[in-house]
Amino acid sequence: MKRATTPTETPQVGRAIPRLESWQKVTGRAEYVHNLRLPGMLYGKIFRSTFPHARIKSIETSAAAAVGGVYRVVTADDIRTIVPEPYYGPAFHDQPILAIDKVRYVGEPVAIVLASDPHVAEEATHLIVAEYEELPAVYDEIEAMTSPAIVHEELKPAGTFPDLKHLKGRRNTNVALDYHLRRGDAEQALADADHVFEHTFRTQQVMHTPLEPLVSVAESREDSLTIHTASQSPSFVRIEIARLLGWPENRIRVRAPFLGGGFGAKLYIKLEALVAVLALLTRRPVKVSLTMEEQFFTITKHATTFRIKSGVSNDGRITARQCEVWWNGGAYADIGPRVTQKSGFTAPGPYDIEHVAIDSYALYTNLPPAGALRGFGIPQLVWAYESHTDMIARALKLDPLAFRRRNLLRDGRPQATGTLMQDAALGKVLDRIAELMEWERPVDRGTGPVRRGRGIAIGFKACVAPTTSLAMVTLNADGSCIVYCGTVDMGQGSDTAMAQIAGEVLRMPAESITVVHSDTDATPYDMATLGSRSLFHMGNAVRFAAEDARAKLRALAAEAGLPPESDLPAGDVFRKRYGMQAGNVIGTASFIPSYTPPDYATGLTPNATPFWMVGGAGVEVEVDTETGHVRIARLVNVADVGTPINPKIVATQISGASIMQLGFTLFEKMTFDAGQLRNASLADYKIPGFHDLPREMVSEAVDAEQRTGPFGAKGVGESGTFGVSPAIANAIEDAVGVRLTTLPLNAEAVYRALRAARNEPLEND
Amino acid sequence: MAGLRTIRFRLNGEPVAAHIGAHENLVEVLQGQFGLAGARESCGQGLCGCCTVLVNGRAVSGCLYLAAFADGAEVTTVEHAERGEGLDAVQEAFIEAGAFQCGFCTPGFVLMTRQLLAEHPDPDEDAIRHYLSGNLCRCAAYPEIIEAVKLAAKKRKLHPRTKEER
Repeated sequence: MKRATTPTETPQVGRAIPRLESWQKVTGRAEYVHNLRLPGMLYGKIFRSTFPHARIKSIETSAAAAVGGVYRVVTADDIRTIVPEPYYGPAFHDQPILAIDKVRYVGEPVAIVLASDPHVAEEATHLIVAEYEELPAVYDEIEAMTSPAIVHEELKPAGTFPDLKHLKGRRNTNVALDYHLRRGDAEQALADADHVFEHTFRTQQVMHTPLEPLVSVAESREDSLTIHTASQSPSFVRIEIARLLGWPENRIRVRAPFLGGGFGAKLYIKLEALVAVLALLTRRPVKVSLTMEEQFFTITKHATTFRIKSGVSNDGRITARQCEVWWNGGAYADIGPRVTQKSGFTAPGPYDIEHVAIDSYALYTNLPPAGALRGFGIPQLVWAYESHTDMIARALKLDPLAFRRRNLLRDGRPQATGTLMQDAALGKVLDRIAELMEWERPVDRGTGPVRRGRGIAIGFKACVAPTTSLAMVTLNADGSCIVYCGTVDMGQGSDTAMAQIAGEVLRMPAESITVVHSDTDATPYDMATLGSRSLFHMGNAVRFAAEDARAKLRALAAEAGLPPESDLPAGDVFRKRYGMQAGNVIGTASFIPSYTPPDYATGLTPNATPFWMVGGAGVEVEVDTETGHVRIARLVNVADVGTPINPKIVATQISGASIMQLGFTLFEKMTFDAGQLRNASLADYKIPGFHDLPREMVSEAVDAEQRTGPFGAKGVGESGTFGVSPAIANAIEDAVGVRLTTLPLNAEAVYRALRAARNEPLEND
Repeated sequence: MAGLRTIRFRLNGEPVAAHIGAHENLVEVLQGQFGLAGARESCGQGLCGCCTVLVNGRAVSGCLYLAAFADGAEVTTVEHAERGEGLDAVQEAFIEAGAFQCGFCTPGFVLMTRQLLAEHPDPDEDAIRHYLSGNLCRCAAYPEIIEAVKLAAKKRKLHPRTKEER
């Protein structure tokens, strides 16, 4: 029961309270766009490309349009009557609302059928016939560097990011961004090193599979639009739709209720431009609700190749490191170029290395687009550098823990960009993992067909910068409090955390506070809910807005002639000032951290990130040498999250992220055959269930403080993913002596490696 | 599309009627005609458990269950529990254990847990994992769900309330 309460002295930060929306979620009453039905609403079903790269010769829609109950069939020609240049995207304006002139991947939207009955719309899509002239295609990120198959004739950077400007108008290339960092002289240092190690690692394309598939609804009025959307970035959607339509922002309202999972899939623009134009074309509400299958054709996680080369001294110091990373971005850039740069600069890992060179490339290919997925590229990098770290330690006969400790970045030391490490509890996280793993204890590796092993890994991440969050905190006439913030609660518990932060300032129980989230007509600007930025950025904004509300209440009390610092309950102040239950105070704040963009030539900057995230893992595995099957006996995950605002939710975030990464490590993989995706369903693409859960799990946050964060806190959504993949590969080698360098580490891959190690390779190896 | 027909069934204890097409599944009818959104389609293949509905006391995948087959049946959704008596032990336990994040899969887990505890009032961890393995949670609140099921079992023993809980 929510009600205005008397002030509490109980600290609100650090309370493990249940989520504010708990009742709604266990009763099935929580609002998702998935559930939304509006009077007169049309459902859109998408007709998709069957070619990976082809020129569109014709699209025949008349048979579909003739199906009884079909309202209209729409192609790019119709879209262009509303939006002449219908290309969108956060980094490049490269993605058409519906395909124009050519298709660039199998599954690309080409046309859409609208009907009141979604079954009718679906059936009619099967009657559309498109004729194509096939073009050469490219799928591999390395081949894309030099392939004659060019995905985009001309690069069209959005202009939002200064470091993309030099790419404008570039032709005959698939490189959507190249990021370079040079610190010291890596080449010379490698030549001088006692030992040099070089390895190449690969990761596979995977999908977020939020259980609420992507969905958007738009409705138009005379000269305005309302878009209800399962989006992590309503403010961005509003700005981008306004740009496409040439409208002012205030004619477009974007609201996002709860999301049934996001993980980065629901960022920037996905279906919003499409439903917006359809609502304007038809003057009826339009809903496009993807199936699980269609999600695989919408947004994915980058496959990568990472070549890493290190120089190491006889006494176990890493003296130099060269990193070359190729990101397979698929057919449209989405946020890939940001991943390439913002994650790219952490590619050498959390180690103190004097000479570093990084080359990071975003590539276009003819595969479904890749974007952000829980970690923004970091899990792919940690996979490589922490596997590499273990391989070096093993080759030099050094203990992997001691080798890491010897080279770990300490607070106050410069990271590759030159930015100093601050409030990054790398040492503490590593120590705690070692403790939980009882690293000093001898390991019983077993003697039968099942062998045991253990591994550790640690990674870190910078936060995307610079980004802005604004918040409002109001006090009502009875003293009750409402927080208005654009952070989207997709399961991470942001509503609860923001209420705890406001409650801490205003000395109110968090449960008594109402949080109004993400409605651009009501909540102020927020860059997006992504990259573990919200608790830090929005958390600071909410804290400062609550402090502003408190200051304004005190001013009101003074106006009412109350003694300063009397700290009467807010309701009493209003009654005194206005003579009845009336009035509000409205506290506001905006927050943007300081930031210095990297120098274009060297990639260096003294201020790369507002804060660092740290996450590490330790695992014990059992490997069946007869089948290659890997079983996780124990998974330990430790993170630096600063001071937890809600320790219970923090622990759930860490374990949830690690289990998700477990799926990406052991079995999840989108498999393609000449650009055709073969497993776009949960029947063929398995995600972790109860049977995949490690027998034992420990998820912990170390005692730490982010001094610039709200009450010492920082983000936690991704840190649990960092260490999982390499820790497992390291444990597999520890158990059975084979090293896998390509994800996923499924039974087939392990078994093939075991056979190869015995000099009895299987066919095709 | 095929012509409509009328079916009659009991929905969360109340007698109801619905006009349905032969192709319509139970989830569509519950959402479209009764405004009940607790059972929801996600994978569309009966693999994730988000669409779980009880038909004559047995959990079914509502996205694969043709509404026509519900004619004459007793249909129970997650919305049932809050009628009159507030939350049941399973729902309380899910809240206390923090056994969800985004909440999209939660109604399915609540209903499956109810069925699990009706059959095995005191399940061990293996039984819980096995019984709930047909429900997926992409946020992976699995450790908390195990905790919630154990807590719910305890609560049911301490305070039996509804008929099924006794």
